[in-house]
Amino acid sequence: MMNDSLFSLVCAGEIFELKAELNSDKKEKKKEAVKKVIASMTVGKDVSALFPDVVNCMQTDNLELKKLVYLYLMNYAKSQPDMAIMAVNTFVKDCEDPNPLIRALAVRTMGCIRVDKITEYLCEPLRKCLKDEDPYVRKTAAVCVAKLHDINAQLVEDQGFLDTLKDLISDSNPMVVANAVAALSEIAESHPNSNLLDLNPQTINKLLTALNECTEWGQIFILDCLANYTPRDDRESQSICERVTPRLSHANSAVVLSAVKVLMKFMEMLPKDLDYYGTLLKKLAPPLVTLLSAEPELQYVALRNINLIVQRRPEILKHEMKVFFVKYNDPIYVKLEKLDIMIRLASQANIAQVLAELKEYATEVDVDFVRKAVRAIGRCAIKVEQSAERCVSTLLDLIQTKVNYVVQEAIVVIKDIFRKYPNKYESVIATLCENLDSLDEPEARAAMIWIVGEYAERIDNADELLESFLEGFHDESTQVQLQLLTAIVKLFLKKPTETQELVQQVLSLATQDSDNPDLRDRGYIYWRLLSTDPVAAKEVVLAEKPLISEETDLIEPTLLEELICHIGTLASVYHKPPSAFVEGSRGVQHKRLPGSAGSGESVESPDTGSAAGVSEAPPAVIPSQGDLLGDLLNLDLTPPTTTGPPPPSSGMQMGAMDLLGGGLDSLMGAGFGAPPAAMPASFTAPVSGGLDDLFDLGGGVGMPMGAYSPPKTVWLPAMKAKGLEISGTFARRAGVIQMEMTLTNKAMSVMTDFAIQFNRNSFGLAPAGPLQVLTPLSPNQSIEVTLPLNTVGPVMKMEPLNNLQVTDVHIYLYHKSHYYLHSRQVFLATWKDIPNDNESQFQIKDCHLNSDAASNKLQGSNIFTIAKRTVEGQDMLYQSMKLTNGIWVLAELRVQAGNPNYTISLKCRAPEVSQCVFQSYEAVLKN
Amino acid sequence: MIGGLFIYNHKGEVLISRVYRDDIGRNAVDAFRVNIIHARQQVRSPVTNIAHTSFFHAKRSNIWLAAATKQNVIMVFESLYKMCDVMAAYFGKISEDCWTPKENTVLTGNILDFGYPQNSETGALKTFITQQGVKSQITSQVTGQIGWRREGIKYRRNELFLDVLESVNLLMSPQGQVLSTNVSGRVVMKSYLSGMPECKFGMNDKIVIEKQGKGGRSEDGGKSSKQSIAIDDCTFHHCVRLSKFDSERSISFIPPDGEYELMRYRTTKDIILPFRVIPLVREVGRTKLEVKVVIKSNFKSSLLAQKIEVHIPTPLNTSGVQLICMKGKAKYKASENAIIWKIKRMAEMEESQISAEIKLLPTNDKKKWTRPPLSMNFEVRYLKVFESKLNYSDHDVIKWFVTSDEVESTRCAADAAGADEKKEGCPVTSSSSSSLLLFLLSAL
Repeated sequence: MMNDSLFSLVCAGEIFELKAELNSDKKEKKKEAVKKVIASMTVGKDVSALFPDVVNCMQTDNLELKKLVYLYLMNYAKSQPDMAIMAVNTFVKDCEDPNPLIRALAVRTMGCIRVDKITEYLCEPLRKCLKDEDPYVRKTAAVCVAKLHDINAQLVEDQGFLDTLKDLISDSNPMVVANAVAALSEIAESHPNSNLLDLNPQTINKLLTALNECTEWGQIFILDCLANYTPRDDRESQSICERVTPRLSHANSAVVLSAVKVLMKFMEMLPKDLDYYGTLLKKLAPPLVTLLSAEPELQYVALRNINLIVQRRPEILKHEMKVFFVKYNDPIYVKLEKLDIMIRLASQANIAQVLAELKEYATEVDVDFVRKAVRAIGRCAIKVEQSAERCVSTLLDLIQTKVNYVVQEAIVVIKDIFRKYPNKYESVIATLCENLDSLDEPEARAAMIWIVGEYAERIDNADELLESFLEGFHDESTQVQLQLLTAIVKLFLKKPTETQELVQQVLSLATQDSDNPDLRDRGYIYWRLLSTDPVAAKEVVLAEKPLISEETDLIEPTLLEELICHIGTLASVYHKPPSAFVEGSRGVQHKRLPGSAGSGESVESPDTGSAAGVSEAPPAVIPSQGDLLGDLLNLDLTPPTTTGPPPPSSGMQMGAMDLLGGGLDSLMGAGFGAPPAAMPASFTAPVSGGLDDLFDLGGGVGMPMGAYSPPKTVWLPAMKAKGLEISGTFARRAGVIQMEMTLTNKAMSVMTDFAIQFNRNSFGLAPAGPLQVLTPLSPNQSIEVTLPLNTVGPVMKMEPLNNLQVTDVHIYLYHKSHYYLHSRQVFLATWKDIPNDNESQFQIKDCHLNSDAASNKLQGSNIFTIAKRTVEGQDMLYQSMKLTNGIWVLAELRVQAGNPNYTISLKCRAPEVSQCVFQSYEAVLKN
Repeated sequence: MIGGLFIYNHKGEVLISRVYRDDIGRNAVDAFRVNIIHARQQVRSPVTNIAHTSFFHAKRSNIWLAAATKQNVIMVFESLYKMCDVMAAYFGKISEDCWTPKENTVLTGNILDFGYPQNSETGALKTFITQQGVKSQITSQVTGQIGWRREGIKYRRNELFLDVLESVNLLMSPQGQVLSTNVSGRVVMKSYLSGMPECKFGMNDKIVIEKQGKGGRSEDGGKSSKQSIAIDDCTFHHCVRLSKFDSERSISFIPPDGEYELMRYRTTKDIILPFRVIPLVREVGRTKLEVKVVIKSNFKSSLLAQKIEVHIPTPLNTSGVQLICMKGKAKYKASENAIIWKIKRMAEMEESQISAEIKLLPTNDKKKWTRPPLSMNFEVRYLKVFESKLNYSDHDVIKWFVTSDEVESTRCAADAAGADEKKEGCPVTSSSSSSLLLFLLSAL
């Protein structure tokens, strides 16, 4: 059990000596010997050889000696189970001792001895101790039940200890209540559905009373337990909040954080117009600030928690910016966290101060801190538009310092600023180019190359600059290589005449000399694009990019909700759900915030954790820092590694599993919600941004599944058009939208000279060529006509939107989609960016696809799945599409296994399209 | 909960290792030593995850304290600190020697059970260890409502001492603009009272006045009753009845025996800085630095600042220092890399100055001197109240000390020659401590 310690070598002579002393007749000598043994034990030496001799000392009246022997037993009983039996009698006897201290000590020690044979004997004494007259014994016995449960859960249930424990919640002694609550909470964690902690208003009331009277640690147990309760209505939650708020002035910061957790959770239930809601918000701020004057380690924990709170309820601390200013003597981990929160709190009101601070920080000594400060300046520029100019000039000042890492970091963030405010600050490019040679980090090099490529038309010597990078192409990191490839292709498309050689060079480098599949594939795609259809290439490569949004490292809302429920715990420090770092079944329950007043959502859905905890795919965590650039550059080469399998890999796993046959499905079923369909193992939704170009091409050259196109419908009956019947549909073939019509002559005479005119429509559709009906149409003859369309026509909003003069036209085929929102961050940010009013929800009924099949099907119609999560058996697909008129539509599709009704939430800046998009969804999914 | 507790000395040798939960393997002890204590790079977070085990660590003087867990736990740091406090109270100080296994094993066993913190009351734990006479009472004491005090305490002289320790934090930009100031204060009590005394403690801060409509009680404090201080937030020792404070704004409690921190408070408004500190740093060439520091007192005439100590940091490559000071004594301490300037007392509106010439060893170290901030400490004896009216049976003595120490932190202009850095900052003796004006003591 304990041999690996460095200090485990106790020489045989010493053991021998101790042995003799332990068996001595003199009490004093015995005691000294036991002390020596314990001394060796606590520093990690192996003294298990003395087991029988120490156990012999157990029967003594001396409490101190007894304690020491017990301590020894706890450590070594497991390694010598047979010998440990010798001690049982003494334990049982001690549990009857008149001295409550000894009774408690005995029951505590017995619980710590993890030997099956001993636990059997433990039950009777434990039962007695749970009903002991002395509260000290009862509280120790309560913890002992948890210990026993850890060793043998079945035994605890069979012996009815759980009921006794439940009774202890109503004990008269607050300390006993607290320990009973702690024990029950822990047991309940491994039995998610057992309803052990049956919280009802009566028990809550008891707990709240005990809260005022028990020790600080007991208060924490009780508060944590309270946090799991869901009040029936807002009045109840208000009254609980009122009784919890005094805890905010406790000196123990763990109590404060637990109280904050309860308040944050129950606040969800309160209507926002309630006076009390505002009072509560005000009351929360001072204790949080006070935590920052505690010891640095606690400050760190507090800051990590504040980071969550600020994301959930920014209003609490919006006036407290100054307390997050970095102090000279803060440890580095506190400084970095403070910086994070400063950015979150930055607003137009305080931006000047923040910027002044950040500028100071950028001249500090610690490299990581300086880098983060520089990055923070960039984030300020993106977040607060008014400050952008000042931020840029600050960054330029910093570049002038010529401190290598400052310059590199500044260039990385300036690239982001360009993306947020295109065509505004390009004048600084010249300054950036001056520092080209000093860049040695891949991220900065990639950023610089991106800038050069993006603004190639403004940089006279762009080709020279890029050429200079190309010289050492093979030594660059993949990130830089990919970026260089794209940049040179961009350059070529902008200045085709001078750069032909360069582009050929880079394409051959990428495709022939590289063994990186990403690079090679991207190279081939560009090559093919350029050689077959330069116009398309231009559209693909030089497509308009969506603006990046301000908050790029927000925690995903559902995860944030879960983390709020874990305030004050390790999960809130890691910013990961407990399932990501706790092994086994414990603590994998997902907690959720209660719904807001009225909506009455249930807190825990019954099916969580029922899968016996087999690898539940943890929700994806968006990396809180770093990785930002990668995504901005479409180069998400490093998928977030912060948690377990992120969604992309889960998609891949799915494919792999199908290849293996369905054997594994049942194993993984719980994790992924619905078992994977028998779809071919084609690529599931492209998630990684690096692949997006590939998919554009794929979308154009013929989707494997074929885009769905509805059957032709009669647009124009013969009656109304002098005998010409037109039925038609829209389809996309080879990436081109086409209108397919069947013209039928139902008149008596021959028809000739067909022409078509498009009215202005919402999607800018216009014929790409003239309608070609060559032969005259004789009576009762039908002819198939295909008219290619493009979307460059004038856009005019029509009512209804999809009215294309003749009849209703489904729009879904035209999601031109040269790119979809390529990263989850961007998706998330955009989602947040769109006001909630624009969200609309629909139900798709009777659809029997599982989420992957649905996702594949939708992808065939250019609706791309960006991320997939499984929450409580529901698959959530996050999807995006772009309509030809430039409108982005984001969708969240919830699919629950076994339920044919899907829920779809659509968010879009132009809410009018939602209805149509929904119809398209329905049509696509049902076909 | 906490799965294991490990305590190491600064070399990384194990002083104590206790495993409370089965999921923490024995090798966790070594994992922490290798990955944190002997890590090549400085570890940048007090919470780390090593091989699926989370470690919380803190370093106190030369001791590393680490708690290991595999679960989603809370409150670990507080428990570690409490443990330190208990050790410090029991042994007088925290050092390597006090982690000898004898009493500790007993102590750690009582503080944590199965990883659940149980009891961290210094007084009660002392009784656990000594176990003299009060054996049977201890169980009811630690589980009772007043776990921090045992019954039957008797003193011939009932005394209560109250120290108010304040530290003023001032953050100033290199341009001399005050970015933020705050005072964080601690009220430390030493009580030597018999029986189970019920104490009440009042503050004349705005909260009270607003709550009660008038500041009626504050005239007992004798002076400046109209002046009140807004306290942003306060936290209390757990003997204070928090719900009563929340509803009535009165601080009522049964005090523990001996020394404890009754409350902490924090204020940011109307802070009058009692000292101005004006430093001037001039770099003369590469091997010489001239530093001049002026301090001016800025408080009321009735007060006297004592034991003033100014801490002036010097660069690491200092080879020698020449000092001239108008008042007090100054000395260069190479071990602390600082000039310590001590002045016995300073009256109101006084000014004093020190100038130093620092010789530097030429280095090729590119790293700039980070210019740490100056700090100063001083003490103001203020308001000695001998209250005899209290209805405590014997005569009672309440002494008031206001010790103020100041931590000041300023980031400095980084540039050389003639850069004038202003740093100032000081405690708010006069204003803020008058917020603690009223003290009522009543015996049960």
